[in-house]
Amino acid sequence: MDLKLSLHVPEPEVRPGGRPDFSGVKIPKAGSVKRPPVDVDPAEIRDLAYSIIRVLNREGRAVGDWAGSLTDEELLAGLKTMMRVRAFDRRMLMAQRQGKTSFYMQCLGEEAIACAFRKAIEAGDMNFPTYRQAGLLIADDYPLVDMMSQIYSNRRDPLKGRQLPILYSSKDHGFFSISGNLATQFVQAVGWAMASAIKNDTRVAAAWIGDGSTAESDFHAALVFASTYKAPVVLNVVNNQWAISTFQGIARGGSGTFAARGLGFGIPSLRADGNDYLAVHAVSKWAVERARRNLGPTLIEWVTYRAAAHSTSDDPAAYRPKDESDAWPLGDPITRLKNHLVTIGAWTEERHVQAEAEIDAEVLAAQREAETFGTLHDGPGPSVRDMFEDVYETLPPHLRRQRQEAGY
Amino acid sequence: MPRMTMIEAIRDAHAVMMEANPDVVVFGEDVGYFGGVFRCTAGLQERFGKSRCFDAPINESGIVGAAIGMAAYGLRPVVEIQFADYVYPAYDQIVSEAARLRYRSAGDFTAPLVVRMPTGGGIFGGQTHSQSPEALFTHVSGLKTVVPSNPYDAKGMLIAAIEDNDPVIFLEPKRLYNGPFDGHHERPVTPWAKHPLGEVPEGRYTVALGKGEVRRAGSAVTVLAYGTMVHVALAAAEDTGIDAEVIDLRTLVPLDVELIEASVKKTGRCVVVHEATITSGFGAELVATVEERCFYHLEAPIGRVGGWDTPYPHAQEWNYFPGPARVGEALKRAMEG
Repeated sequence: MDLKLSLHVPEPEVRPGGRPDFSGVKIPKAGSVKRPPVDVDPAEIRDLAYSIIRVLNREGRAVGDWAGSLTDEELLAGLKTMMRVRAFDRRMLMAQRQGKTSFYMQCLGEEAIACAFRKAIEAGDMNFPTYRQAGLLIADDYPLVDMMSQIYSNRRDPLKGRQLPILYSSKDHGFFSISGNLATQFVQAVGWAMASAIKNDTRVAAAWIGDGSTAESDFHAALVFASTYKAPVVLNVVNNQWAISTFQGIARGGSGTFAARGLGFGIPSLRADGNDYLAVHAVSKWAVERARRNLGPTLIEWVTYRAAAHSTSDDPAAYRPKDESDAWPLGDPITRLKNHLVTIGAWTEERHVQAEAEIDAEVLAAQREAETFGTLHDGPGPSVRDMFEDVYETLPPHLRRQRQEAGY
Repeated sequence: MPRMTMIEAIRDAHAVMMEANPDVVVFGEDVGYFGGVFRCTAGLQERFGKSRCFDAPINESGIVGAAIGMAAYGLRPVVEIQFADYVYPAYDQIVSEAARLRYRSAGDFTAPLVVRMPTGGGIFGGQTHSQSPEALFTHVSGLKTVVPSNPYDAKGMLIAAIEDNDPVIFLEPKRLYNGPFDGHHERPVTPWAKHPLGEVPEGRYTVALGKGEVRRAGSAVTVLAYGTMVHVALAAAEDTGIDAEVIDLRTLVPLDVELIEASVKKTGRCVVVHEATITSGFGAELVATVEERCFYHLEAPIGRVGGWDTPYPHAQEWNYFPGPARVGEALKRAMEG
């Protein structure tokens, strides 16, 4: 018997040049996972951490316990919101390529998660998003011109040119300032939720993180705080399979699923189809209701796929098969919701094509307006004076001297 | 002699050491299959296998903590923090553990590891891809902190760092990866191919840690710089026509005090330059050192140029970055004083 040790380093099933293979992704039938009452004993629903809650079936029908959380009108609005996010991404990606800004990150393929989640929370609730939840803002009708102005760091930029593109911030829209560091804000969401409980308020928080960043210590810190204090928080893990070039197995290790991370903390942990707008809304609603009723935190793993590059600085062809996105078994969230609405007679292909054109025109008009306020390299940008503001509440003498030295 | 970019030189240093010593292991976020977001470890996994070069979970504390354990076992871990801006979760492991292990165990255990990280701005990276945190490391006893400014030094210093028996913080100015950036951002990029220090010998050689280098001999004023600012200081000397002696410190701790002292005693004037925020920056240490050792030779107050005391902005990058114009003004002031 050979007793020598060897190091185990997980590898994805397939690398560039290979055939995409998602046969290992076990996908339960839509409607097959039961919807427990929100006050269920977490110990009784541990299996939900290993399944996938789905509502839309292959025929485009909404089936099972989790169906019916939204009206047809609300679904149609959701479809248009996702289309708006996608059109926005397309325009801004192009703008980055044209040199109008330094950097961009798309939500491609993940639009349903942020867009539907936003519809499950209320004004006054707070998201602590990552850089791939722009849908939270767009679904809440945050002005596209302001988002674009932030991306362009122009003189209308609400963040005064200080932040990288897409690291938005809007307290009014329940969107906490994105730091750009990973996982640091997951535990802050728990603290925000604890504050709401301390103040006997009614507001809840939503924490957001990607599969890769669950490896960070702050993720685990968030879980222990949420578990100990039963904080009114929804802990969202967006598993889009890839952390830049690193497949999700490196962060997941031997735990089977990311949702299963919550089980050791006694946190109800669900896994849901992130490309199914109806499932996202229904599961979010369930978790938000639990939080609102003071029943404590819920961890949700949204199973999805990062269809685009990590960012404009990345080329995924170097580490995954080019056609892997097409092989992703949970499909595209916009196509799936559109097919559902067509199937139930609430929408048609013709109207969809027309809506695409309308939304693209709307986004283009916003882009043109934003560009009247400047782009990154074609100013006028924010003032250099702004660089020295907000470091402290009031400008201290040493910064005043430095500002003068800088000529402003 | 082969010509290399700084990225290629760093990659080559890894390869030379991994070839020479089976105890050298390399890991970090995206460094395995993909070879790092700046490609500094490209090809190493293929060549040396998955247990010598591999992807790590996104957990900087874990990366450094695991490296300390490996180093204590006898390996020579070289780990990459994807951007210096992301090192803070690892700070406890670096400060409380790696830096003090030898001291608190009276040499029973040691942590000979290298923590590499890209630093500095100039790429429109905003607050999270632009920082220069060297002073956070130079303040910690037990760490060596180095900042190469060119491909030749990068390879020689990385090999020296891997061979060193103490923990080394290896800071790589990312704006220098592909060329000797001198702060004139409006001008076309110069590649390393046209620079003498882009000539990098094959195989093993070292550039000793703790030794600075005069990059431009001069008689009027001594400029103390490191990393990107070495090239900015050279440009400032050129632009102003001031006969500055530009010293590339290369290693911040332990500092080459003799080189500094000899130069300042010769010129009688001194300007210190860094990209990091000015308050409590490494420049303060340099000013104090020069003042202690050269006070009676100084003919003007010591000048200090650094980043403003604000977070690194996105749009105002070139107003923040201490470019050749600001360094040139400091040189002129030093000459008038």
